[in-house]
Amino acid sequence: MTSAHRDFDSMAIRRDFPILSTQINGKPLVYLDSANTSQKPNIVIDTMSEFMRKTYAPINRSAYTLAANATELYEGARNAVAKFINANSSQEIVFTKNATEALNLLVNSWGRANLKTGDAVLLTHMEHHANIVPWQMLQQERGIELRWVPLTSDYQLDLTSLETLLTGVKVFSFTSMSNVLGTINPVEKLCAAAHAAGAIAIVDACQSVPHTHTDVRVLGADFVTFSSHKMCGPSGLGVLWGRKELLEAMPPFLGGGNMISDVRLDGFTCAELPAKFEAGTPAIAEVVGLGAAVNYLNDFGMTSIRQHEIAISGYVIEKFADRFGDDITIHGPRNPELRGATFSFAFRGIHPHDLSQVLDQSNVCVRAGHHCAKPLMKIIGANATARASFYLYNTTADVDALADALDSASDIF
Amino acid sequence: MPGIEDLYREIILDHYRTPRNRGELQPPAISSEGHNPLCGDDIRIFLDVADGVVRDVKFSGQGCSISQSSTSMMTVAIKGKTVDEVQAFVRRFKHMMTLADNDEPVDESINLGDIEALQGVVKFPVRIKCATLGWNTLLEALTEATK
Repeated sequence: MTSAHRDFDSMAIRRDFPILSTQINGKPLVYLDSANTSQKPNIVIDTMSEFMRKTYAPINRSAYTLAANATELYEGARNAVAKFINANSSQEIVFTKNATEALNLLVNSWGRANLKTGDAVLLTHMEHHANIVPWQMLQQERGIELRWVPLTSDYQLDLTSLETLLTGVKVFSFTSMSNVLGTINPVEKLCAAAHAAGAIAIVDACQSVPHTHTDVRVLGADFVTFSSHKMCGPSGLGVLWGRKELLEAMPPFLGGGNMISDVRLDGFTCAELPAKFEAGTPAIAEVVGLGAAVNYLNDFGMTSIRQHEIAISGYVIEKFADRFGDDITIHGPRNPELRGATFSFAFRGIHPHDLSQVLDQSNVCVRAGHHCAKPLMKIIGANATARASFYLYNTTADVDALADALDSASDIF
Repeated sequence: MPGIEDLYREIILDHYRTPRNRGELQPPAISSEGHNPLCGDDIRIFLDVADGVVRDVKFSGQGCSISQSSTSMMTVAIKGKTVDEVQAFVRRFKHMMTLADNDEPVDESINLGDIEALQGVVKFPVRIKCATLGWNTLLEALTEATK
């Protein structure tokens, strides 16, 4: 990982994100939906724009200089992503349409090759639909067994029966951080437990890679998936990291151009990694943009970003308690060290949809709904919650703006 | 930007705070369930139809002020109407919500009464689904009831 060389100066960081200085109806924007998707710094916007103005061309296909330059930038971004998560090799980095596609790739390729009727897969109650539905689709087709790690009353994974749950399991697929509760899971411990039981470990790291230092070798996972658009990069792009020997043993997912080394009338031969899993023309400019996003995050270092978000979380918890007391319920851990800066909450019995509508009058952008985690919502006893999520560009002033806007919602309902 | 007062009209908040016809009906009344995939809200409509007339209607489920009040007002409006009248009424409402099906004629002379207050929802397109959740569920229940 590149060593940090920029101080963590919130106001300077905010200036890097042009959208944060736009106004709607003459009022500033208070963007609190980064767990959904993050905003983009100038360096990402400019890099993509410059690339499309000056260097855009097909990659991996043509001999001319422009195409060679485009390929170099595209592969340079792959290297940057590999270094960012300390992968052994950039061959272990596969670009997908989004993190959802990365998980679908794993279920369809690894899952179909390795799971048969009666085999068990362990998931948790805090998964996003992207780590539930693809497995259920395979279950419908193949009759695999799905097991679930439950929650404790303080919004952690209940690991008391983990060993029993893992008995006979072929794969344990879990989130590194809940997109609803903010809970950070003990990934290293869970990967080790999976391996001890003879299972592989898949980590849905969408919510943690943008916010904390990630070293896939330390985590001990077999596969890690995450998305570009939550880490200051463009949308339309996800990342799958996998251990090389596993990726090599897997059958391809999508077939077509780029993923083959040979095609004959009687069959085909797959390309080497990572091309084997990148059928068709990829999101070229987006990958280059993600490379710029990774460099941007490295400028501060993920440790400073994490420290900033711990501080913001502490401020949110304190502010909510001081100002609203029992009128507000946070669905998630109270200890800022055990959570990311993503807060789902219930407020004075006001439906989250109504709440977010009223907050919007103050340009406070929060998500309202089930956050693509309906089984979890059912378990915490809510059809929907409002969710405010913070990132490196948010400050305590944003928390204050949220609290003020919440007060105005009480006036209506 | 349209003002929040266009959305949260007093009659809407009144039906939200004091919903009418909330509850359940026992079989042989039929019921249908609707979900709003955006926000996780669900609504169940109970319908007692006899001789082509809606004798009774109730609803249960959770939802935002718009979905709950819209459904509450709907139940008040349709009770006692014939199935044909209810269907024309729903078409008139969906037309107001800019969701009319072009193939189906809309009788613009139908008076929506208090329900006109929901017109402001059109200025908040994301919320149109909230306002129509109960109505679409009603249509499903009607289909079931008239099988």
